[in-house]
Amino acid sequence: MGQTITQKIFSSHLVDKPFEDVSVLSLDRVFCHEITTPVAINDLVRKNKDRIFDPDKIKAVIDHVSPAKDSKTAAQGKIMRDWAARHKIRDFFDIGRNGVCHALFPEKGFVRPGFTIIMGDSHTCTHGAFGAFAAGVGTTDLEVGILKGVCAFKDPGTIKISVNGKLKPGVFAKDLVLAVIRELTVNGATNHVLEFEGEAVERMSMEERMTLCNMAVEAGATCGICKPDTTTVDYLWEFIKDDFSSRRAALDSFSVYLPDADAEYSRVVQIDAGSLEPMVTFGYKPDNVVPVSEMEGEKVDQVYIGSCTNGRIEDLRVAAGVIGNKTVSGSLRAIVSPATPEVYKRALKEGILQTFMDAGFCVTNPTCGACLGMSNGVLARGEVAAATTNRNFNGRMGKGGMVHLMSPATAAATALKGVISNSELFSTQRSLS
Amino acid sequence: MKNFSGKVLFLDRSDINTDEIIPAKYLTEPDKENLGPYLLEDLELSGFDRAFDLVNRSVIITRANFGCGSSREHAPWALEINGFNLVIAESFARIFRQNMFNCGMLAVELSKGDIDRIFKKYGDSDSYVSVDVDDCVLSISGAGTNATFEFHLSGFDKELVKAGGWVEYADSRY
Ligand code: SF4
Repeated sequence: MGQTITQKIFSSHLVDKPFEDVSVLSLDRVFCHEITTPVAINDLVRKNKDRIFDPDKIKAVIDHVSPAKDSKTAAQGKIMRDWAARHKIRDFFDIGRNGVCHALFPEKGFVRPGFTIIMGDSHTCTHGAFGAFAAGVGTTDLEVGILKGVCAFKDPGTIKISVNGKLKPGVFAKDLVLAVIRELTVNGATNHVLEFEGEAVERMSMEERMTLCNMAVEAGATCGICKPDTTTVDYLWEFIKDDFSSRRAALDSFSVYLPDADAEYSRVVQIDAGSLEPMVTFGYKPDNVVPVSEMEGEKVDQVYIGSCTNGRIEDLRVAAGVIGNKTVSGSLRAIVSPATPEVYKRALKEGILQTFMDAGFCVTNPTCGACLGMSNGVLARGEVAAATTNRNFNGRMGKGGMVHLMSPATAAATALKGVISNSELFSTQRSLS
Repeated sequence: MKNFSGKVLFLDRSDINTDEIIPAKYLTEPDKENLGPYLLEDLELSGFDRAFDLVNRSVIITRANFGCGSSREHAPWALEINGFNLVIAESFARIFRQNMFNCGMLAVELSKGDIDRIFKKYGDSDSYVSVDVDDCVLSISGAGTNATFEFHLSGFDKELVKAGGWVEYADSRY
């Protein structure tokens, strides 16, 4: 019988099958950040197991609270820094070179088709955009990953998400994935990988595919995954050009991970991309999703553009395009957080940061910050945010605050109007049709 | 093995996420022990009173998709520090469930029907649960009555609960 992408990656990385439904896989990458890794490091030290399996396969960053905001976050940074130094982890990104992990690591070329990746972070599923199996884990799994380079998984099933046709102008990967989560519900994909395919996905850039895969976990999925293709190879080419004679050869080599025609899926979800509108969440669950048109006019106190979902250069370009030479409504405040130094520099060079600043946005350094309510834009009780992040849980951006998830275009339009609004990119097109 | 019996805390809601179990702002605490006072601080559940409801309880019974959201293992730790080693639910989010077993704790799934029956019969009373890990049977008593339910644990789940941790298991094998 044929295999899915995930099954092919599992077969090629299998170390042990301790039980019928459990696979222990060898890991190509263990990613680390300063919120979940220090506890693992301390525990390994306490157990007299302060070792790492491979300094080249471990990549580490301080990203969640940067610069440190108090002594406790400073201590977490210090534990990471000291650990990276004593184990000679070359790819450790400290302040000045740091950015949101799931934007930074792909940008550095650390993710390849067919790779197995874990991180102590639920949005590790983002890296599946490259045709890799990437899963969030807890601290104990992370510890074992760091120590031995292996991780055990209950064999996941695969749900195929087939997205046919083209997205309308003004409708983005974020809107699509919100529609997918609404369809699957918040636990509809537990113990499953979402395999995205179809014309709309093939047309997407790597940035858009990362947005798509980033939110797979919000439907309970272990990973979101896209088939490696020429877009994948083109994105990675500067990092892999010494390993392959040509782009064609690279693609051929990655093609071993493509799903077989007779692969078995637990479920197939068909989505007509052309029928989708811009989406927004209401309430405290990411499957509470409606078209923006149904929420238009809702009052907002803070707009936040950033995060591992939508803080990449394309996201900032779209938002800046919507803003143009207009200014942020006097009734709210707006924050943009470029996800990495590279995104920041490009946005600076392209005049995008100027656009944001002229409009009245606060531009922050790259960090997770407000996304998880730790710094750089925490809400007061009763306040409402329009955010390009991925979680609208109660208290996520600050105790007693409400978060509405949306695309960068919708967030930018909302910043201008002061209330939740569709962007002109979509409205113009709607009035034409 | 840890203790898997005690008085029940009923949380009558689905999709309780790890931000509610332990908010992100406490993730900077250097020791598990420090998480204790903040368990379920942001829980969105009417009638829930932390000061009263957490006292003397050691088993949680709840609905579907418990532990969704962030991967933080601080969630099971905060439970453990407060004496909760067992959560019984209709279903769990993957990472949370694995974290529980990796810590030698128990996440037990029962059918929706069984969970419905338990809430109906025992939800308003002082109830007590005990578990036999080898036979995969849990007993509940309260409201002047009692019942037993069978559940499923994979071989791997059991091994982790008995070994008391995945780190020891993996370091000796791989
Ligand atoms: S940006 Fe938000 S969701 Fe992404 S890694 Fe940071 S805290 Fe997590």
